[in-house]
Amino acid sequence: MAKNHVTTTINGEPVEFLCETHETMLDVLRNDLGLTGSKEGCGSGDCGACSVMVDGRLACACLMLGAEAEGRSIETIEGMAAGEELHPLQKNFVKEAALQCGICTPGVLVAAKALLERNPDPTETEVRYWLAGNLCRCTGYDKIIRAVMDTAAEMRAN
Amino acid sequence: MAEKTYKWVGTRQPRPDGADKVTGRARFGADFDMPGQLVGKVLRSPHAHANIRSIDTSKAEALPGVKAVMTSADMPDMPDEMAPAGEVMVNLRDVTRNVMAREKALYDGHAVAAVAATTEAIARQALALIEVDYEVLPHVIDVDQAVAEGAPILHENLRTKNVDGAEDTLTNVAARIQFTKGDMDSGWSQADVVIEHAFTTKPVHQGYIEPHAAVASTTEDGQVQLWCSTQGQFNVRGYCAKLLGMETSQIRVTPSEIGGGFGGKTVVYGEPLAIKLSQKAGKPVKIVMTREEVFRGSGPTAAGAMDVKLGATKDGRIVAADLNIRMQAGAFPGAPVGPACMCSFACYDIDNINVVGFDVVSNRPKVAAYRAPGSPVAAWGVESAINMLAEKLGMDQLELRIKNAAREGTKTHYGPTFKDIGMAATLDAAKNSPHYQTPLKPGQGRGVAVGFWFNIGMDSSAACHVGEDGTVTLISGSPDIGGSRASLALMAAEELGVDYQKIRPIVADTASIGFNFLTGGSRVTFATGMAVVQAVREAIDELRARAAKLWEVDVEAVIWEDGCAKPAGSNVGDFEPLSLAEIAVNAGKTGGPINGHAQLNAQGAGPGFGAQIYDVSVDQDTGHVTVDRCTVVQDVGTAIHPDYVEGQLQGGVVQGIGWALNEEYIYNDKGQLENTGFLDYRMPVASDLPMIEPIIVEVPNPNHPYGVRGVGEVPIVPPMAAIGNAIAGATGIRMTDLPMSPPKLSAAIDAARVSEAADD
Amino acid sequence: MRYVAPSTLEEASAFLVDANGNGRVLAGGTDLLVQLRAGMANPDTIVDVKHIDELMTIKEEADGIRIGAAVCGQAMGEHAGLNNTWPGLVEATELIGSTQVQGRASAGGNLCNASPAADSVPAMIAAGAMISVYGPDGHRELAVENFATAPGKTNLKEGELITSIKLPKPAEHSGDAYLRMTPRTEMDIAIVGLGVALTLDSEGTVTAARVGLGAVAPTAMLVKEAGDALVGSKLDDEALERAAEACRKACNPINDKRGTIEYRTKIAGVLLKRVAKIAAERAGS
Repeated sequence: MAKNHVTTTINGEPVEFLCETHETMLDVLRNDLGLTGSKEGCGSGDCGACSVMVDGRLACACLMLGAEAEGRSIETIEGMAAGEELHPLQKNFVKEAALQCGICTPGVLVAAKALLERNPDPTETEVRYWLAGNLCRCTGYDKIIRAVMDTAAEMRAN
Repeated sequence: MAEKTYKWVGTRQPRPDGADKVTGRARFGADFDMPGQLVGKVLRSPHAHANIRSIDTSKAEALPGVKAVMTSADMPDMPDEMAPAGEVMVNLRDVTRNVMAREKALYDGHAVAAVAATTEAIARQALALIEVDYEVLPHVIDVDQAVAEGAPILHENLRTKNVDGAEDTLTNVAARIQFTKGDMDSGWSQADVVIEHAFTTKPVHQGYIEPHAAVASTTEDGQVQLWCSTQGQFNVRGYCAKLLGMETSQIRVTPSEIGGGFGGKTVVYGEPLAIKLSQKAGKPVKIVMTREEVFRGSGPTAAGAMDVKLGATKDGRIVAADLNIRMQAGAFPGAPVGPACMCSFACYDIDNINVVGFDVVSNRPKVAAYRAPGSPVAAWGVESAINMLAEKLGMDQLELRIKNAAREGTKTHYGPTFKDIGMAATLDAAKNSPHYQTPLKPGQGRGVAVGFWFNIGMDSSAACHVGEDGTVTLISGSPDIGGSRASLALMAAEELGVDYQKIRPIVADTASIGFNFLTGGSRVTFATGMAVVQAVREAIDELRARAAKLWEVDVEAVIWEDGCAKPAGSNVGDFEPLSLAEIAVNAGKTGGPINGHAQLNAQGAGPGFGAQIYDVSVDQDTGHVTVDRCTVVQDVGTAIHPDYVEGQLQGGVVQGIGWALNEEYIYNDKGQLENTGFLDYRMPVASDLPMIEPIIVEVPNPNHPYGVRGVGEVPIVPPMAAIGNAIAGATGIRMTDLPMSPPKLSAAIDAARVSEAADD
Repeated sequence: MRYVAPSTLEEASAFLVDANGNGRVLAGGTDLLVQLRAGMANPDTIVDVKHIDELMTIKEEADGIRIGAAVCGQAMGEHAGLNNTWPGLVEATELIGSTQVQGRASAGGNLCNASPAADSVPAMIAAGAMISVYGPDGHRELAVENFATAPGKTNLKEGELITSIKLPKPAEHSGDAYLRMTPRTEMDIAIVGLGVALTLDSEGTVTAARVGLGAVAPTAMLVKEAGDALVGSKLDDEALERAAEACRKACNPINDKRGTIEYRTKIAGVLLKRVAKIAAERAGS
């Protein structure tokens, strides 16, 4: 069976790739495109470490076929900083120690950014429910939630 | 004690690996690839217990794209030889059988063969073509069933250690251990009140989000490069060399960034298999576990069953304590029953103690270390019983603990006498906390429990390289799981008197720094921290010597202060201070590179004590428990980087909340694991939790230059009992089996209603 | 395995017919991809239906709202009309998986996966939703409660796919609600899920009620007796208890890793009482 030829946009750049039908978007990102910032923690959509944006909606790259990317726009952690300038969430995660081992961090950041774009002033409960699909085993979530809330406040002020 | 003031230690600086980790640039285990690399996959037993009659790999080998197939026949059998893994010792004979089954498959998920192929699809296909002839045997999972007469026997050669007359008896009990203090008869005779109860726990997994991953590359002259996610690259090197009959110098292990470990990445699984497959195929081989493989095939922690008996006088003095604990080691001996027994009553000053523990094998994956291994299991029983005692005495749960707290001079039941410890200070801080001072809301219950961990020292090496521009590279061999690079750099900055940002700490591979024992036992900031301080001091001595040379004075006449060499006094001469950068730029003219090195076996790890407070609400109809508030108090010695200290406390607490409420291994009647994913292995998610309020108590450890105690393990010890105590407060029901999941608590509530109705 | 992304229903159906039983429809993919990875599904053809407009739109019609079968849960949550009329159904759909899953998973997929524990299905049953199906024989409609036949099985015939789900326009003073019992607050599968839709008269007496119950039998089901027990009452304790008893009686659960028979049966009754009250509050406001 011939591979699928896919033309898509990743982090604003036009990208073409070939993939087998069974390959997930996460497989394509990590194995074919060298974008290893999206992590595989479970492969079943239960940990959120592979969170990406697909046409403006948050998704697990492990629950999407690479072939589905045709004509879509994908954003990954690698596209979050604007050149040298980290996104305010990225800055505050470092500043406020919202990560320990860091394996869940890319997914958490992509998800948190999606939240703040929809809701610039979330309550603690809203942040907690929005991020419920991003498992973190190190931090107990406390500093993650605080960093997201603080960033939201900072972005509203600016 | 006078407070020491520091410029860098105790400040909250950005971590050196922060930018890499928030941009996706940091490379974890599965992020590393080699040109021409093959995909390695492992075939696992579907049976909990089976003899392996034969394995036919010929069809798999014949499949196009398959480059190597291996079984245990490809590795030498190992003699009985003990080696350290995490805080526990393992037997290499068992390790080789755990990474690949030999005579028997001993648990569902036990590796029996492995393949390397050009694609993952071909590798999977090849696994399906391997024919294993199993003779399925009866299995046993539960620890008390494994001890019972007539239980299926896992190892024909196993005999119970430390029991007279056990030489001829087939058994699943690998060892019996006992610790005693005082005289039990005398203790019981003094007791006005006695509590006696049985408690059980289920096995739980460390639950790191990053699955195990390794890439091995071998050369024809026998050299091996291995990249893997591990808590100890030197331990991986040692294990692989032993298991494959190689010399350690032939294997160079580079640790990746590690996506969580908690003790679970202190042993080897795919690493030796990747090396062997790479040797057979002549190409690099990468093995990454799936989540299902992590659950079925990697080390969880031990479950335990125990009987606790406590005796106290009317006024609340505990006079006798007895614990009998059976712990499930999994397929091979080595449950953390020793630490469980030692930690059990370590928080208390009790005159008469008897603790007996049993290390029991059963058809589950061999346990690996998990945060304070053994201590949380014992604390579940002991700290629940302490509250039952408080209830019976009509005493406040915290007051009872304060009254009996271990203090300076308390002799433990396992030997040492405590010196500078923070148990009492921790309990006072808990009592005075805003949380404990706040009244409960209607329907809530409050629970308290305490916890203990020894913390360890062991071997560390470190190097401090001064660059020509005065910046510093700090090299250790301790994988950084939770921000330890930042802590090490802070101590180096403090010593050197230079800006934290001028110090770049790295974690080196096994060929680039001397031996470091693995990251575990809460040892890195303590032991590797000591090595770092020593290495930096050596570099400082060299810097002083260079200044002395430039000034043409004796080195003793030069001191190091605020990042500069200065004359020790006005009689030395009138010299302007020389900064680190000024000395460094002239290093070539004064004697060459300026470095410091240190290697040591760290002694004097300071024991850690903690207390935790939980308020919970219970849905009386569904049995669902909500943790409304949680405060974690702990003596941390000195908080080098307070953010990451708090992070350790908060993270450990939440793992404990998961252990308390929902996490468990669920087996079917064939002994197969039913919940092999994060959907049904229910770790806490963000919406399950409140903020976790940390209170840091600092009783410096006199054996460390900055007073460091280990931090990471104590926080997981109290939560299960504290939450059980809070549930008892909210419902009047004492739960004795973990997890306290909704179906179980609901059934207990209903049973209590029925019995109340019957009493009416 | 091939991937196709047709833009019309006719093409989609034709691909499924061609696959001769080895075709799978891909909407959000949140169940299918897990099955592919676990080796539980190995289709020859994957038919991505997200390029068919009709499956991707929510349409307000004179007599109700029509939801395209592949519309994701998040899009349903963003639809004002749907939120106003069937908030319980929106809540149920928004309980399916994480935020990440919400951006992909659809009500149509939830139906076709035919899990007894599917969150949106009891709510759709309560709402009296109708399913539109297209296939080689053209269009047909059926009630939601008649769609699943067994765990993982539906009465879709070869070449058929769901095109939309039609929710009726509720009568004045109607409300719906859905709750489920899970050990965690999120990221969990219902041990029991229960939806109620009811209508009140001006006095607050229930004039119509439907109860959908999930995760306690091989398929989610309509518990007619429970709805009937509520009708004519003002949700007094006695009526609620009768309805709860009807729910418990309707249970035919299994013991599994997620819950016991006793627990599931008990919780069905607990949830009925809670959900009916929320639905009535909404109907009254």
